[in-house]
Amino acid sequence: MENRTPIISVKNLVKKFGDFTANDDLTFDVYKGEIFGFLGANGAGKTTALRILCGLSYPTSGQLNVAGFDIYKEREKIKKNIGYMSQKFSLYEDLTIIENIRFYGGIYGLSGKEIKNRTDLLIEKLKLGDVKNKLIKDIPTGWRQKLAFSVAILHNPKVVFLDEPTGGVDPVTRRQFWEMIYEAVKNEITVFVTTHYMDEAEYCDRVSIMVDGRIVALDSPYNLMKDYNAENMESVFLKLARAKV
Amino acid sequence: MKQFTGFIIKEFYHIFRDTRTIIILFGIPVVQLLLFGYVITNEIKDVKIAIYDQSKDVVTSKIIQKILSSDYFILEKNINSIKEIDKSFKSGTIKEVIVFEPDFAKKLDKNGIANVQVIADASEPNTANIIVNYTSAIVNDYLRDYNSVNKTNFQIIPEVRMLYNPGLKGVFLFVPGIMAMLLMLISALMTSISITREKELGTMEVLLVSPLKPFQIIIGKVMPYILLSFINSVVIILMGIFIFGIPVHGNMILLLAECILYIITALSLGILISSITDSQQVAMMLSLVALMLPTILLSGFIFPIENMPLILQWLCQIMPPKWFITIIKNIMLKGSGFEFVWKETLVLVAMTSVFILISVKKFKRRLE
Repeated sequence: MENRTPIISVKNLVKKFGDFTANDDLTFDVYKGEIFGFLGANGAGKTTALRILCGLSYPTSGQLNVAGFDIYKEREKIKKNIGYMSQKFSLYEDLTIIENIRFYGGIYGLSGKEIKNRTDLLIEKLKLGDVKNKLIKDIPTGWRQKLAFSVAILHNPKVVFLDEPTGGVDPVTRRQFWEMIYEAVKNEITVFVTTHYMDEAEYCDRVSIMVDGRIVALDSPYNLMKDYNAENMESVFLKLARAKV
Repeated sequence: MKQFTGFIIKEFYHIFRDTRTIIILFGIPVVQLLLFGYVITNEIKDVKIAIYDQSKDVVTSKIIQKILSSDYFILEKNINSIKEIDKSFKSGTIKEVIVFEPDFAKKLDKNGIANVQVIADASEPNTANIIVNYTSAIVNDYLRDYNSVNKTNFQIIPEVRMLYNPGLKGVFLFVPGIMAMLLMLISALMTSISITREKELGTMEVLLVSPLKPFQIIIGKVMPYILLSFINSVVIILMGIFIFGIPVHGNMILLLAECILYIITALSLGILISSITDSQQVAMMLSLVALMLPTILLSGFIFPIENMPLILQWLCQIMPPKWFITIIKNIMLKGSGFEFVWKETLVLVAMTSVFILISVKKFKRRLE
């Protein structure tokens, strides 16, 4: 096993809402530079855990370290070093592409010059030159999605959290999106992605599968398919989900 | 036919299972009817008055007794000098001052005529008119009895003065009310919609993950509305002065400062509403029903609070617009300085603090 440094470290994370335990004693590490898939059915507790890691919610108990900072004591530092793409794509529809980029660059503390440089690079890479002054609502969903991801990593965070980023998008665009993720990883950005599309799990380095608030599997897709004697991740998931019943 | 009936039954299910529709169908009409029924009234009762009796003789005592024994007037205090007249009105509770000239009975006997001054607070012109008419009627009633018993032909001439609004212009009352309403509309309604829209779109989460602190987000969101509301209030005041001829007898800076205070109060209400709900529609409905309607009906804007039943009067006390209108009227029409409006100002400050406190608590709980 390689000796890699964990960029996210979670020990015994518990999150309760009253009597209901959404996250039941989760322990896992995410290593620098990997694509970590956080899988599970709707309601399994993925989003809850993700929100805690992003600082949107407080754990009931447990130790968490994100980007090298403690989640209880160094929240502000964590926020500067992570990126986030929400399910709803996080771009303002009545602002233009350029205005959105400028806004997010600003709140992450990038200087005017840095913003301009990265904007130009981004526009060129995504080939948005013709539409850069158009409002987001006038742009097709597939482009918005890629743009949202680029904006999420505009400030070169150590980790970027993606919450169900490929919902409602056609397979070709999904594939292109994942190519962008690979490129981000090459630039040493760790990617933490939740999804309930099991086929996307195969794009990840390692995945964890949550069922009812607990992690029931944590390994690379290849190993999991081998261990559970399955052809694809979907079969792995079904076997695990049925096993609990 | 059966298909059709099935469809109609489904529609009834929709209606009865949707709380919002039920409220609109049954709740609002009932509330409106009660409110309008009790609030719109041209009668007066329990009007607080002050009496400056420079004569203190039998006749004046009898007239005073007759006035007070009617249900309409309550003696708030007896005053003993002209200076106290102005102060009584500025303090706000006294709506009318009756002044009897010295040697009233003697003058009546000797000259057959005596003067009584009836001074009314005409910042609410309609009420002032009614009060003055009632007073005059009672005085004339007494005179008629006196004349018929004593076989005399005396006259008592009530000299009427409408203070603060000699022309009895309705617009003097409307402009403060419209300011209260408009500022509440812009600040509370727009703020609550702006914040809930961010929540609905999902962009609020992205802001919360960013290094922006929550208070920066909130303040950033309300800043444009503070500016716009302030500009609006200045425009309204200017229009009031130059188009409608409303005086600003008091300190303009104090006036503007109070406007800013009220804007902040309305904003904090908007923030509070947005912390209760995540939906723009609900925010809008809450703002309109819970804020606009009471602002129009229960703030003393159009219908005087003193004429309402006690329960509604208490309800009016918790409406920020009510306090704001009092402050504005005092400063603009009566020229009151801060010493006369400090109490109302304090109430607005307290309300604002409470709203902000509750919002902060709710926000913290959301993070839990």
